Amino acid sequence: MAVVSSSGQRLGNRVAIAAVVVITIIFLLPIYWIGSTAFKPRNLATTAPPTIVFQPEISPFVKLFTKRVQLKPNEKIDVANAPWWEQMIFAGGERISRTGKGEIQLSGYPDRFINSLIVAITSTVLAVGMGTITAYGFSRFKVKGEADLLFFILSTRMLPPIVVAIPMFLMYRAAGLNDSHLGLIILYTAFNVSFAVWLMKGFIDEIPREYEEAALVDGYTRLEAFRKIVLPEAATGIAATAVFCFITAWNEYAFALILTNKKAQTAPPFIPSQIGSGLPDWTVIAAGTFLFLLPVAIFTFLLRNHLLRGMSFGAIRK
Amino acid sequence: MARIRLENIAKSFGNHMAVGGLDIDVADGEFFVLLGPTGAGKTTTLRMIAGLEKPTVGRVLINEVDVNAWGPAERDVALVLQQYSLYPRLSVRDNLSFPLRSRIRGLTQPEIDARIDYAAKTLRIGHLLDRKTDRLSGGEMQRVSIGRAIVREPQVFLMDEPLSALDAKLREALRSELKDLQMRLGATFIFVTHDQVEAMTMGDRIAVMNKGRIIQVGKPQEVYSHPVNTFVASFVGSPVINLIAGQVAGNAAVVSPGAFELPIAGGGREGRYTFGIRPEDVKVEQGAPVVARVHDIENHGIEKVVTLRIGETLVRANVPARVAIGLEDEVRFGWNAEKVMLFDADSGVNIRAA
Repeated sequence: MAVVSSSGQRLGNRVAIAAVVVITIIFLLPIYWIGSTAFKPRNLATTAPPTIVFQPEISPFVKLFTKRVQLKPNEKIDVANAPWWEQMIFAGGERISRTGKGEIQLSGYPDRFINSLIVAITSTVLAVGMGTITAYGFSRFKVKGEADLLFFILSTRMLPPIVVAIPMFLMYRAAGLNDSHLGLIILYTAFNVSFAVWLMKGFIDEIPREYEEAALVDGYTRLEAFRKIVLPEAATGIAATAVFCFITAWNEYAFALILTNKKAQTAPPFIPSQIGSGLPDWTVIAAGTFLFLLPVAIFTFLLRNHLLRGMSFGAIRK
Repeated sequence: MARIRLENIAKSFGNHMAVGGLDIDVADGEFFVLLGPTGAGKTTTLRMIAGLEKPTVGRVLINEVDVNAWGPAERDVALVLQQYSLYPRLSVRDNLSFPLRSRIRGLTQPEIDARIDYAAKTLRIGHLLDRKTDRLSGGEMQRVSIGRAIVREPQVFLMDEPLSALDAKLREALRSELKDLQMRLGATFIFVTHDQVEAMTMGDRIAVMNKGRIIQVGKPQEVYSHPVNTFVASFVGSPVINLIAGQVAGNAAVVSPGAFELPIAGGGREGRYTFGIRPEDVKVEQGAPVVARVHDIENHGIEKVVTLRIGETLVRANVPARVAIGLEDEVRFGWNAEKVMLFDADSGVNIRAA
């Protein structure tokens, strides 16, 4: 019997592994598609059936970061003396646009990417910071109407945010927050802080308050006890919360599209705007998207141990 | 070192009264035990002394100074808890030095090292100093947390059931160690426990608490021999005291319904009472006045606790282990008339102690 059941178990394991592999492939397919398109020559980007084997090129990334103009029919170009990356542009019938002094003109992408980093990182730090302190307050002190307040905080997530897009737009215009970093940071922080409060409250509730009380009796202030005892214990929860907040802020599209257009525009609304008129160059869009994926992937990868522990937090501790 | 005084201390959480009007006076260098069942308000009382809870009414005085407005840090008390008492992630040495590094103390590194050395020697934990706390056994953890209290050289040691999470053997060993430590330090200890054995063996004085109030304060022997009511009588002492409903007629206790009649010293006014007699004062012997059957036998090593059945009434008696006795045997017993306690049948108050 034991043999039968263990072989049955082994079969079950194999089925499970096979299922995981299939699901992983399904999830990774779009990422592969974006990644491969980002390195394709333009004429292979939209072939049907898709081209699997091709000579990868770097030209979509060169195009992504530069402003280009079409070559005029009789325009003279100095192909031999041009750097290798500019030669790729010539091959596509374009040249890189330069200022009068001959400096290369960059596209809008690097600025938008930096905007995305500024907005996402700042709003994540603010949301997680405020969320942690608020959650600590709710967890450790008797707050009048605690349940109602917590429900109110949660209720801010019950409406699809896009419902308030037009009022937000009008308010932001009146307040002069349109197309500003501050505007997006406030919005994303407000959006994430409710989530951060709830998540962090769960984590902080799990930390025995005896630790802090011992520190209080041992001669530390409440703030010192929070910093020396609670924060290190809550590190896992803070990391998990930060990843979620960062992803939300990083990916946000609708409000960024409505509330920003140039100075503070983030990458999500910018990338599709490059489709432009005429024939879209999908390789450039793919290159922009591919680079856009990297920060989240790196951030999540760095915090992966915390994330795993964070997910199973309640399960592991008694 | 310090004298601790509580004046009419009460604490309510919402509508729930945790502690209602306590007066306690703990002398300098005394080992004072707060004893009571779960929910008696012992821990709340301790937390009010530590400054972790503010009393709803009343005053806490340390060395006759009102410390109600002081935070825990300023009161200079040390607290040892049942569990979660050590800082996680820190080594034993860091745990011991943590309270010394507080800004309010401002000690130098050599001073800190000297105190840690002293505590480690006192508690024999020198070999553990560089270990992480999650690599310690339960007994080692409690030793370290007592060490963390010792290095502070505090006004008073507050202990909240520090031994309750340990196994029986270790508890016994640490019990005598703690008492020994307290005598060597000459420090004031306030010790919370629900274990009457801990209270009896360690306490200079015991305060028995129930439902937020102090029922009786006294030396262990006083509390044991002269409990003020049936609650204290049955809470203190093991095996538990016999409480038998009956009536006084002349100089005899008549146990209803007509089960047996035994003398009581001094007699009492006629009426209904609850008689209290400890099992060691019940004598099972040839020629004793009352006939009973053996209902149950519990073997405790040097002695047996035998439950006797007389009609519907059950009486526990201590019998030396060597006495051969079997279930349903017919035996005779009597009691030490001097030791019988009389409690009011309705209120449970000890008539003679009051």
